[in-house]
Amino acid sequence: MSAIYALYDDGDAAQRAVNGLRKAGVADSAITVISDQPMEAFEFGEMNRATRIWYIASCGGIVGLVFATWLTRMTELAWPLPTGNMPIVSWWPNLIVMFELTMLGAILATVATLLVTGELVRRRPALYDPQVSDGKILVGVDGPSRADDVERALAGAGGSIKRV
Amino acid sequence: MSDASARKMTEDLLRPLQQTSWRFYLLVACLGSIVAMGLGTWAYQMYMGFGMTGINNPVYWAFYITNFVFWIGISHAGTLISAILRLVNAGWRRPVTRCAEVITAFALMIGALFPIIHLGRPWLFFWLMPYPSNRMIWPNFRSPLVWDFFAITTYLTGSVLFLFLPMIPDFALIRDRSTGLRSRIYGALALGWRGTTKQWHRLESAMQIMAVAIIPVAVSVHTIVSFDFSMAPVPMWHSTMFGPYFVAGAIFSGIAGLILAMAALRKFLHLEEYLHPIHFENLGKLLLMMSLLWAYFVFAERLTIWYGNDTPEMNVFYVTQRGSFAPLFWTMVVCNFILPFSILAIKKLRTIGGCVIASFGVVIGMWLERFLIVVPSLSHKFLPYSWGHYSPRPVEIMIMTSTFAAMCLLYVLFSKFVPIISIWELKAGEHPSPALSPLAAHERPLGETHA
Repeated sequence: MSAIYALYDDGDAAQRAVNGLRKAGVADSAITVISDQPMEAFEFGEMNRATRIWYIASCGGIVGLVFATWLTRMTELAWPLPTGNMPIVSWWPNLIVMFELTMLGAILATVATLLVTGELVRRRPALYDPQVSDGKILVGVDGPSRADDVERALAGAGGSIKRV
Repeated sequence: MSDASARKMTEDLLRPLQQTSWRFYLLVACLGSIVAMGLGTWAYQMYMGFGMTGINNPVYWAFYITNFVFWIGISHAGTLISAILRLVNAGWRRPVTRCAEVITAFALMIGALFPIIHLGRPWLFFWLMPYPSNRMIWPNFRSPLVWDFFAITTYLTGSVLFLFLPMIPDFALIRDRSTGLRSRIYGALALGWRGTTKQWHRLESAMQIMAVAIIPVAVSVHTIVSFDFSMAPVPMWHSTMFGPYFVAGAIFSGIAGLILAMAALRKFLHLEEYLHPIHFENLGKLLLMMSLLWAYFVFAERLTIWYGNDTPEMNVFYVTQRGSFAPLFWTMVVCNFILPFSILAIKKLRTIGGCVIASFGVVIGMWLERFLIVVPSLSHKFLPYSWGHYSPRPVEIMIMTSTFAAMCLLYVLFSKFVPIISIWELKAGEHPSPALSPLAAHERPLGETHA
């Protein structure tokens, strides 16, 4: 991994660094901003917002619903137990299990999507500096094609340049 | 937020993880001993059989099921309140949510243990799972006990994940500030969290979805617990009102449990700067509202039964109003309504101390309520020849006591290893998203407000 980054004390300086990188022709997708808290008060905090997690969660819910429908119906037919004059396949009680497994499917799909799209539990090394935990904001570019322009943009916002 | 105040906040909230006093070891030893005694008592009960308990014909459900319903109710504090406050973006929730979510996770684990304790052969509890036995007999999906399994499993899974996800950034913080084994353990728990904008957005979206999903699940769990009773044609159980009545009671006892936990944390972990009187006042208002709602449900239930004047139901009605269970019933009314109402309705008394006293009363009152739902109805069924009597035996009292100790022990250990207040959420609260801040007058051109 080769990367250039700088650490900034506050969001304003980080915003200037991001603006400088954009002026230098670096695409938003190539810019990495790391902070110890969400920076929604700044424009750069809005980068990478687009996500399909809601759709994936809904799909997870549908998978849970289909599984629960199959499980309850198959079970009742596999071992038909007459109970309280209810039909063998009783949809009213089955709805309860179907609801619970629908929600479980949505919850598990949400967490799986977070792990995958949030790039958690990854094996390859990623750009990071532990000083972020002390409140610094990291702005950097992973594998920059024009390193001099990137360095100039980062230094222009007042950050000390680091290379990894 | 200035660097100095952010640093102080981090140090304050990480201090319990870094410093351990002898009081901590003493507390853990005391609570651990009680839990060990409880486990020993359970083993004794398994060895000797259910004859050691007070459970008898016709009162087959008693202390254990009372505790099951009580602990599932307590669990409603956390995730439900936290999810609602997250969805409405209530700023004051930030120091409260994790304290609350932890209660849910541990109370659910303890609550779910009681039906297993109540089994004659607890090692066969897995027969509740949707898995055929060696004779290919599948669980009966028309049994409310099977619904319990699904509801509690979903709620526990959801609650643990709802608790865990916002802890990831805090684990990363501890990882970066520690060395050696501790750094490796917290590093593993942090799952490689860095804090990129993408990760923050995904975490925020995931928490929104979890909040949306967990609210109906929480409501369903206690409704399904109420179905364990209301599906049976037993006097004063077979009621369409039981679902909402149980849910309201669960939230009521949950808020009380949360206030008690927060007050203890504030006192013993010196979190006065983060858990302010306003947090207790707000929760106190919620508790007052739930107290009124609880009184409304009790009145509606009692009036309907009294007006119907059905003999079997009136037998249970009178035994609780003026019979052998009357002292418990009226203590419950005092604890759940008179005490919290008379304290929390008066602004001057809605202090931390006032909220704690009211909450303590509510926890006792709600336990009594669960007992009064379970036992009087079973001991006074339709025909007088089948009436019976129940009184708890030492085995049941010991196991119940040990679960309260287990809850305290788990909470103490959790607050020793994880910041009990979410550090990143507290920091983020200092500069909320512009979307949540009203525009200043000079930023809003005339006429635009009515556009």
